[in-house]
Amino acid sequence: MTRLLGPAVGVVAVYVVVLAAPFVAPYDPAVQHRDHPLAAPTALHMIDRDGRFHLRPFVESEDADGATHAYPLRVFARSSDDVDTGRGSRHLVSVDPPANLFLFGTDTLGRDQFSRLLYGGRISLGVGLLATALALGVGLLLGSLAGFFGGWIDAAVMAVSDVFIALPWLYLLLALRAAMPLDVAPARALASIVIVIGIAGWARPARLIRGVVLSVRNRDFVAAAAASGASPARVLRSHVAPAALSVALTQASILIPQYTLAEITLSFFGIGIGEPTPSWGAMIGVMLRQELTIAHWWLAAPAAALIGVSLLYHATADALQRRTLALGVTR
Amino acid sequence: MRRWLVAVLLTAVAAAPPIAAGAARAQPADASTQATDRMVVDGDIGRSGGTLVVAARAEPKTFNPIAALDSPSRDVIWRMQADLIHINRETQRAEPALARAWTVSPDGLHYVINLRRGVRFSDGHPFDADDVVFSFNAYLDERLHAAQRDLLLIGGKPIAVRKIDALTIGVDLPAPYAAAERLFDSVAILPRHRLEAPWKAGTLAAAWGVATAPAEIVGLGPFRLERFRPGEDIVLARNPNYWKEDRAHTPLPYLARLTFAVVPSEEAQVVRLRAGELDVLNRVSTQHAATLDRDQASAPYVLRDLGPGLEYHFLFFNQNESVPAAVRAKQAWFGDDRFRRAISLAIDRASLVRLAYSGRGTPIWGHVTPGNRLWANTAIAHPAASTSAALALLTQAGFTRGADGTLADARGTAVSFSILVAAGNAALNDMAAIVQDDLRKLGITVQIAALDFSAVLSRVLESHDYDACLLRLVSGDVDPNPEMNVWLSNGPTHLWHPLQTKPATDWEAEVDRLMREQMTTLDAAARKQLYDRVQAIVAEKLPLVPLVSPNIIVAAKRTLGNFRPAVLDHYTLWNAEQLFWRTAEGRR
Repeated sequence: MTRLLGPAVGVVAVYVVVLAAPFVAPYDPAVQHRDHPLAAPTALHMIDRDGRFHLRPFVESEDADGATHAYPLRVFARSSDDVDTGRGSRHLVSVDPPANLFLFGTDTLGRDQFSRLLYGGRISLGVGLLATALALGVGLLLGSLAGFFGGWIDAAVMAVSDVFIALPWLYLLLALRAAMPLDVAPARALASIVIVIGIAGWARPARLIRGVVLSVRNRDFVAAAAASGASPARVLRSHVAPAALSVALTQASILIPQYTLAEITLSFFGIGIGEPTPSWGAMIGVMLRQELTIAHWWLAAPAAALIGVSLLYHATADALQRRTLALGVTR
Repeated sequence: MRRWLVAVLLTAVAAAPPIAAGAARAQPADASTQATDRMVVDGDIGRSGGTLVVAARAEPKTFNPIAALDSPSRDVIWRMQADLIHINRETQRAEPALARAWTVSPDGLHYVINLRRGVRFSDGHPFDADDVVFSFNAYLDERLHAAQRDLLLIGGKPIAVRKIDALTIGVDLPAPYAAAERLFDSVAILPRHRLEAPWKAGTLAAAWGVATAPAEIVGLGPFRLERFRPGEDIVLARNPNYWKEDRAHTPLPYLARLTFAVVPSEEAQVVRLRAGELDVLNRVSTQHAATLDRDQASAPYVLRDLGPGLEYHFLFFNQNESVPAAVRAKQAWFGDDRFRRAISLAIDRASLVRLAYSGRGTPIWGHVTPGNRLWANTAIAHPAASTSAALALLTQAGFTRGADGTLADARGTAVSFSILVAAGNAALNDMAAIVQDDLRKLGITVQIAALDFSAVLSRVLESHDYDACLLRLVSGDVDPNPEMNVWLSNGPTHLWHPLQTKPATDWEAEVDRLMREQMTTLDAAARKQLYDRVQAIVAEKLPLVPLVSPNIIVAAKRTLGNFRPAVLDHYTLWNAEQLFWRTAEGRR
């Protein structure tokens, strides 16, 4: 259990942070600080130029005359980022203008990388989660039916799954995007990405679930339950479902980072959510400009975040698999 | 000087006699027995020998000048071929090449062109008028689909090229055509003795493919093909029969070899330039320019920023008649001059240059860039970006802003549209994001649709299923005539509304008239006035909202002599015959 707890807590923490992006992020992710393109991460100081220690970290910023001033970090302060109404939302940390707090630097258009990373995480990790739910839901249903009933149902489901596995999805999606309306709102784009990834991905979990169900169905205790008059629905619910669900949970922890990666691939090829809404895929796409990334290493932040989240998920999957094996469900 | 006399041969041709008005006299007929009438070119006097290694993004698809449609093929081919009259990439003016001199009739319809004596192809065969007539007939052959064929049609009718004698040809134009001598640029004069047979057999389009033996490929250019290793390099060797020489009468080219190394990615090209494995990069993007610029003080290469070229980036709105219903609903906005002017005013071009091009670009308000020194209308205003001025214009046009800041038209419809952009172009995508942000300040919602380039073109030119598009055009020449298809209302690349049966607006009718008039006006100053007016109309009506002209940036080894890059293609090798190594170590 302790093997599972650490990574699972880590995964939950990541989701909490990205869900709280409007509060945690210092800036609106779309705001272009046009005087600060490709700015390096802002240095936080606790010791000023006179050697005095400050309990509250501060950032330094030059005024128009070239004089440097210290701007202390403000916690839970209301920002002035909403230009139209003059009052912004509260943020975990911020600094007063004209200083800037670019914790992970800025991109080519001067947008705060840290804020974009958090908001982008909502899209990328959200897509991973929702698409997995969809793919596993469909996979669980069809895989269970195929495994439990066998016969023509099994043959039909497996034939369709073969077709889905064999389809060149990326090329199909590129062609589909070219034929779609151009003015797709971000919410619709998000929904279509989730649906596309979910629909494209049900076949593999379905085959796995089918195998588990097939294996469980032939066990003695299932045969005994059926012989003692239990209905197929009861057998499915009481004996087959627990085994399948356990496998599905392990599958989920593998599929979520995979589908997050799928969103990233789609965004990378320009099929994702359009500007200015950030996503990790769109942000990683900038790394194609290698010279830019070598000179401005902070542009690699979304790739580092993706690696970290993937490791957490894989640790969770590993722990879940060990737990499943220990319980002897799949044996 | 009579106004129809084309003034040429100012500095370049020492050996050429003065040009007489009217038809040129016939020249001696036996071309092969004459001493070579060499062309003397100006520049530093160099040293012969050495190899120059140039980066190529892709390998050539063909060595056939007629069949070549792609830049990698043309880049190599034009180092091996020559034309009659050439546009000097540095001065941007037409100058003699294989044509020693020419005259034009008072009505501008008939040219008489004298060819150089004693010139030989790279295989030693003499060049004469039969080669010229054969070449033009081949280029004009509809079956071959030569890219240059359209340029040799005037009013849909082909020019006629006839032999007067072995060293004189006559060219008859179906209609007067200003600066017609520029038509001859980039029409390679082909060896009739090699290619007439395949032409007659109908196989000319397939001739001189990449598998052809190097000795079979013959030309009048400074180099000849020595070796082609697919995926690796193309090695050209000096053509000993080349017809140019330097001021000291040393035959050109200086270089013994010119190698095109196939390096597909720009990243790898930059790495290999820094490692000294490549000598010239013909185009450096702004992002790599920053890196190369930073290191160049201690590096053996020099980075040259030539300023704006002939490429211009612009935004335009769909004004076609046959469009999907969703687009039609927005065309009341797109067709309103004030709306387009407001959009132009709201876009901060300085930010586009600073953020999308790292400062290596020039904001533009007219479609002829400052890189076109001969034709740019310098009187076009450069209004500063202003959201408030844009909003005032929109208010005049009946638009209003709601309590939430959203802009709505007179019927209350919120203003929202998509901008189509090619997915692979990072700078254009950055520009789209900046334009989106600028227009947000007006209360306009913009969605950016990044599609594959072929899908972009298909929507713009065929299905017309788009709202607005961010695109770029690169003029092949400084002269306005090659852009007739863009500005004539019935042109296939009249991007915002192509192939109109009659001009949709009064100002498009006016542009049609001006463009047609300038095309047949032989007086250069009068042409300039006419084209200035076209530029002024475009800047006022903004069918294309001009935004930025990116700088042309190139790089080369410091020790390369006569390296004088220009903003007309080919930027770095246009004077390949004059390039030389100043020091022994550069010579490999």
